[in-house]
Amino acid sequence: MEKTKKFKIGKIIENALAIGIALFFLYFSTILGLNIVSLLEATLLAMTPLALTAIGECINEQAGVVNIGLEGILLITAVVGVYGAEVFGSGSAGLLVGVLAGAFIGFLFGVISTYGKADQVIAGTGINLFAYGFVPFLLVALWAFPGIHVFPKELKLQPLRTPVISISYVTIITVIIAIVSHFLLHKTTFGLRIKAAGEKPEAVDVAGLNVDHIRIIASTFGGALTGLAGAFLPLAWFGTLVKEISAGRGFIALACVVVAGLEPLLAIAAAFIFGFAEGFAYSVGVTPGIKEKIPFYFVHMIPYITTIIVVAVAIGEKRFPKALGKPYRRE
Amino acid sequence: MESLKPLLEPVAESGLAMLIGLLIGAFFMILFGYNPVVAYTAMFTGAFGNLTGIFETLAFATPLMLTAITFAIGVKGGLFNVGAEGQVYLGALGAVMAGALITLPPGLHAILATLFAMVMGALWALTPAILKIWRGVHEVVSTIMFNWMAFYFTIYLIVYYLAEPGRAERSLPVLPSSRYPVLWHGSSFTAVFFVAVIFCIAVYFFLWNTKLGYEIRLMGSNPDAAKYAGVSPWRTTVVNFLIGGLASGMAGASQILGRPPAWSLYATLGNVAGYGFDGIGVALIGRNHPLGIILAAIFFGGLENGGRYMEYQAGVDSEMVRAINGIIVLALSIPEILKLIRKFMKKRGV
Repeated sequence: MEKTKKFKIGKIIENALAIGIALFFLYFSTILGLNIVSLLEATLLAMTPLALTAIGECINEQAGVVNIGLEGILLITAVVGVYGAEVFGSGSAGLLVGVLAGAFIGFLFGVISTYGKADQVIAGTGINLFAYGFVPFLLVALWAFPGIHVFPKELKLQPLRTPVISISYVTIITVIIAIVSHFLLHKTTFGLRIKAAGEKPEAVDVAGLNVDHIRIIASTFGGALTGLAGAFLPLAWFGTLVKEISAGRGFIALACVVVAGLEPLLAIAAAFIFGFAEGFAYSVGVTPGIKEKIPFYFVHMIPYITTIIVVAVAIGEKRFPKALGKPYRRE
Repeated sequence: MESLKPLLEPVAESGLAMLIGLLIGAFFMILFGYNPVVAYTAMFTGAFGNLTGIFETLAFATPLMLTAITFAIGVKGGLFNVGAEGQVYLGALGAVMAGALITLPPGLHAILATLFAMVMGALWALTPAILKIWRGVHEVVSTIMFNWMAFYFTIYLIVYYLAEPGRAERSLPVLPSSRYPVLWHGSSFTAVFFVAVIFCIAVYFFLWNTKLGYEIRLMGSNPDAAKYAGVSPWRTTVVNFLIGGLASGMAGASQILGRPPAWSLYATLGNVAGYGFDGIGVALIGRNHPLGIILAAIFFGGLENGGRYMEYQAGVDSEMVRAINGIIVLALSIPEILKLIRKFMKKRGV
């Protein structure tokens, strides 16, 4: 009884915090004279990759696997996605290639952390370090130009234009994925097995199911969503590819996962907050009259500062699966 | 022989991981149409083929052993501190400020500028430490956010206040009185190398010969026992982050005060960027042991030094070296890799 009450109070504080931060940014947006529609559009663009990555990692961590190599997966799939788009001549095909590449990396990570019994935090760091070097190498190997690649404009995905705002179809898919993931996790037998693999892997084993396989599936799924997010960055958002394109988003997504307590629906809410911070920074950076006054170096810091503050305030008494990050060994 | 086993096993594991890293690196080179034999020959002769190359390799190793110390002392204390990158930027910034804006007698200037840079690095590490203990914010998230903040903060100060007049692409060069002497002509090997080695050895003595060092290690190996023994998590965590910050701050300073020909910080941070992350791999190859780290830093410094020759002679982007580092870390993350390979070898009857 006491526990549920505490939990509810925590929820209320979190929601109040989310609304508070949103109002804070909105207030500043209005006094700065930012265009609210373009602010919202930028927010949704920034939210999408964070939400996709975070939802994937939520499922992953529910199954007991921590992947801090998300940043690296974003980087690699951004390049592979653009390459796929150029080969197949379509931005959407590029997204699909990104999904496949991400799923492949997620699968490898799953195998390493189950059969390999790897220290998952170090393995994830390995993926990040690999990507920091591999992406510049790839840029030169594929396009013979260091650090940056500008792909043909027609490959960039056009947003859907509604009467109010333009929105990428990937954003809509993201919301659907969040809802589906929620139901998958909480209303299906498979979701129950995923949660059991993270909470009580012995029980899964005793029931005759393979803990490692469940974890590999979850990790592959998480990788696939991260791959979609990675390909989204250049193909649906920036329109160019640079070697640091992910700019810490893999870690901001990890912050979303922590703040959301591994719940996909809350993850999308957290991603909205962080996306808002980024959209706000972007709007400040492009609005004439303001961008001259505030050095853009400080504007660039807004998403990172917001992330730290939100995590510091919201972290509270989060409960994580018991077997999180531990390879399962039969006794 | 039996007593050597605990020493040989980690060495064998690190060696195997390095081999796997180089082999998979070669695989990617072949995949994209490069010649790995040409690439690695250029790399190793460039890095270790003659005395000038070896001294240049040591110059590359200097910041790496320091950032590796940051990560390693974190691991020893149960932390996953990946904030070295940002602390290096702050250290470099501090070195530029103290080295270019103040006038002091030679020698003393270098010492004070180095100390100032180290303090800047340590101060940057302080907030993640406090957030960790006070709010339980995981250091991976907070230090990465601080790395990005450091990136923009440092560039801002360099561009707005410390730019060299007429050369906006870099900061003011530090005054000759604050520079470490070049010890081998034709290379960028300076006396700062020895300062870095001494720092690593000092950290070794601190960890194994002081009460606080013991408490930090206890905190990492058995937090419950540490709690029971009355070890203060505040003190161990803050000291851990601060020493890490000092080390990375010195790594930043070493590239400004002890690395010709620039003696300044590029506005892109190009001459210090990446060392913080490279240090993670170096620490893991060196088994998070200060003495192992010095050797691992020389190995990886050789890769970075030779990577430039590899780029020149085989066309392989020199950043490939960092990808190899990542593969080495991945290989090291799998604890039983040596056992698995031994089993495999036995099966094949080797």
